[in-house]
Amino acid sequence: MGIPFTYIVRNLFARRLTTALTAGGMALVVYVFATVLMLSAGLKATLVATGQDDNVLVIRRGSQTEVQSGIDRAQAGIVESLQDVALGQDGSPLVSKEPVVLINLPKRKSGKPSNVVIRGVTPRGLALRPQVHITEGRMFRPGTAEVVAGASIATGFRGAAPGETLRFASRDWTVVGVFDAGRTGFDSEIWGDAEQMMQAFRRTNFSALIFKLADGEHFDAVKQTIESDPRLTLEAKRETRFYADQSEALATFINYLGTTISIIFSIGAIIGAMITMYASVASRTAEIGTLRALGFSRAAILVAFLGESLLLGLLGGVLGLAGAAFMQTLSISTTNFQTFAEVAFRFVLTPGIAIVALLFSLGMGFVGGFLPAARAARLKIVDALRAA
Amino acid sequence: MYVLRLVLKNALRHKLRTALTALGIVVAITAFGLLRTVIDAWYAGANASSSARLVTRNAVSLVFSLPLTYAQKIRQIDGVTAVSWANWFGGVYISERNFFPQFAIDPPTYLEIYPEFVLSPEEKKAFLTDRQGAIAGRKLAEQYGWKVGDQIPLRGTIFPGTWTFNLRGIYDGATRTTAESQMFFHWDLLNESLKKRFPRRADQAGVLIARLKDPDQAAAVSQAIDAMFKNSLAETLTETENAFQLGFVSMSEAILLAIQAVSFVVIVIIMAVMANTMAMTARERGAEYATLKALGFGGGFVSLLIFGESLLIALTGGLAGVALTFPVANGFREALGTFFPIFYVSDETVAMQLGAALVVGAVAAVFPAWRASRQRVVEGLRAIG
Repeated sequence: MGIPFTYIVRNLFARRLTTALTAGGMALVVYVFATVLMLSAGLKATLVATGQDDNVLVIRRGSQTEVQSGIDRAQAGIVESLQDVALGQDGSPLVSKEPVVLINLPKRKSGKPSNVVIRGVTPRGLALRPQVHITEGRMFRPGTAEVVAGASIATGFRGAAPGETLRFASRDWTVVGVFDAGRTGFDSEIWGDAEQMMQAFRRTNFSALIFKLADGEHFDAVKQTIESDPRLTLEAKRETRFYADQSEALATFINYLGTTISIIFSIGAIIGAMITMYASVASRTAEIGTLRALGFSRAAILVAFLGESLLLGLLGGVLGLAGAAFMQTLSISTTNFQTFAEVAFRFVLTPGIAIVALLFSLGMGFVGGFLPAARAARLKIVDALRAA
Repeated sequence: MYVLRLVLKNALRHKLRTALTALGIVVAITAFGLLRTVIDAWYAGANASSSARLVTRNAVSLVFSLPLTYAQKIRQIDGVTAVSWANWFGGVYISERNFFPQFAIDPPTYLEIYPEFVLSPEEKKAFLTDRQGAIAGRKLAEQYGWKVGDQIPLRGTIFPGTWTFNLRGIYDGATRTTAESQMFFHWDLLNESLKKRFPRRADQAGVLIARLKDPDQAAAVSQAIDAMFKNSLAETLTETENAFQLGFVSMSEAILLAIQAVSFVVIVIIMAVMANTMAMTARERGAEYATLKALGFGGGFVSLLIFGESLLIALTGGLAGVALTFPVANGFREALGTFFPIFYVSDETVAMQLGAALVVGAVAAVFPAWRASRQRVVEGLRAIG
């Protein structure tokens, strides 16, 4: 027969200060652990959502990012005329040929400069990205020095809000609107007219080509065609895959750093739990003797103390997770090592993260409570009763 | 003296508990030191920079280059004693995982401006005379097991194609803050190839570096340089090498702030653990403290005992933690390879670690000491464990 659950709960309640301190320590560990997982999940979610599955992105072979890539007009023409490119309502291919560069802008709060992606798009480029829509002001007019800024750039950088002007490439560009791309990577970009950008930056090469597949299933064939054509030195990726790859390095870095820190921190919290549980066993020796004398088995004692420790862990876990849940209201903006450009993303709490964080806290409770519980279970009835 | 003995005896009464608490502090202080060292490593590039060097780049961003002709013009400005240039190459060695910085440089002028890259005279000569030659830092060479004479292939990301270099020398840093994880090769080699394949991209420098006669002139000279190229096709932005490096650091500021915040969280966690230990200890000894008071010792003496015990445990753990930080940081550096070119535990970090241990010990004792000193003798004697 087991010791009643309420007995275990009351024991924790009887030592309020100790319980609060121990659970508080665990809560902080779980908070850090969950926050880090939420951060890398948020980054991945942002970049994966940036692409459309039916869109194909073409860049120069080996160039890794759009900014490093270059595609001349002749090569662009060949890709444009491929059979598998979807046609728009007017019968012309749905292809967007885009120059993509980085410009250095000061942050609105600190004034410190960071790199922002500036992309030249065409009306077709907008059609290829249906998730983008204007939330403030209007779209830029083709053929003018007007630009629109992504939501997080407009608020985060100086000169990027509607009505303000940005100066780069020897010209002043007026920001006429803000666009929302549904919390994707595009929210951290500035868009303007492709041909205007090409002239201003004195470029003859595009950076990337984006086209829609007529049939999404044909991707492998198209990739094969592009990459085996001796006239083309290009590589093709699904847009979703391309952006997911760009989150890889930073997400891995955050994950490694966060997991290492959490594991080191958890040692501290486990020790805290162990101290608490040893003290609990020591001060209740006579009580344990009484319980045994009443007929509770060693196993029941072990389960009771382990249960107490697990409950302590669970309490810490729930508190820590609750704290981490509040982080969802915040977003973070930093430079992605891979693209060398600013990217804004949110903390995202997924059910998976919640489960892992709670298991982590239960694990801390189990490891911290096992040795003390074993000691309690091993006590001899006579010795324990005499201790009082 | 007897107070110290009493404190020590008290601390050793629950050996297991004291040992566990001290162990917790060791872990926390080591983690704290390691995190601070990681942050320091981020700033290391900026700290190692010279204030007598200016870096000029394209005002739009680093993606855009500058015409090489600018070098001659900058050389003519008063206060500039030498000019060199470099291009970020961004090549991939075997796979994307092996990241390290590579620069195409003009060797004679670059090595003159950067005396901290130390090469033996023979290696220097071999490098200067071989157009396909390259030099690498000691750490980088050790990581990939390169020896002088080896061929190193890099796959270009910005400059297409596979480029093969002959390793002609391995340089050492003049001080421990010099980055020994970079690779340099001839800018001429890159430029010749670009002239043939992409004429529009030839004769361009990524950054121009000017050495100043007098560091105090930095502001005036950088203004003079930027004014000279105002309203040209490639406007420039000139800053001291330090500011240039800090610009990179500030891009990752959000991550740095997070690490910094987390490094304090670990101290708070251990503070909770330590406070718990002290609270339990003081609670168990309620009767004992009352006896001391009944014998005529004041509340201050009882507080002193509790503070002494707490500080003793915290400092023991803190010192062990500091001692442990050095081997752990070494292991970390070896595991990470060239990711952080400069990675060592600074004196400031050690001071902060000891300070943190002291604070933990003091804060943990405040509440129990206050309660014990206030407790009335009768209540204390009545209390049972």
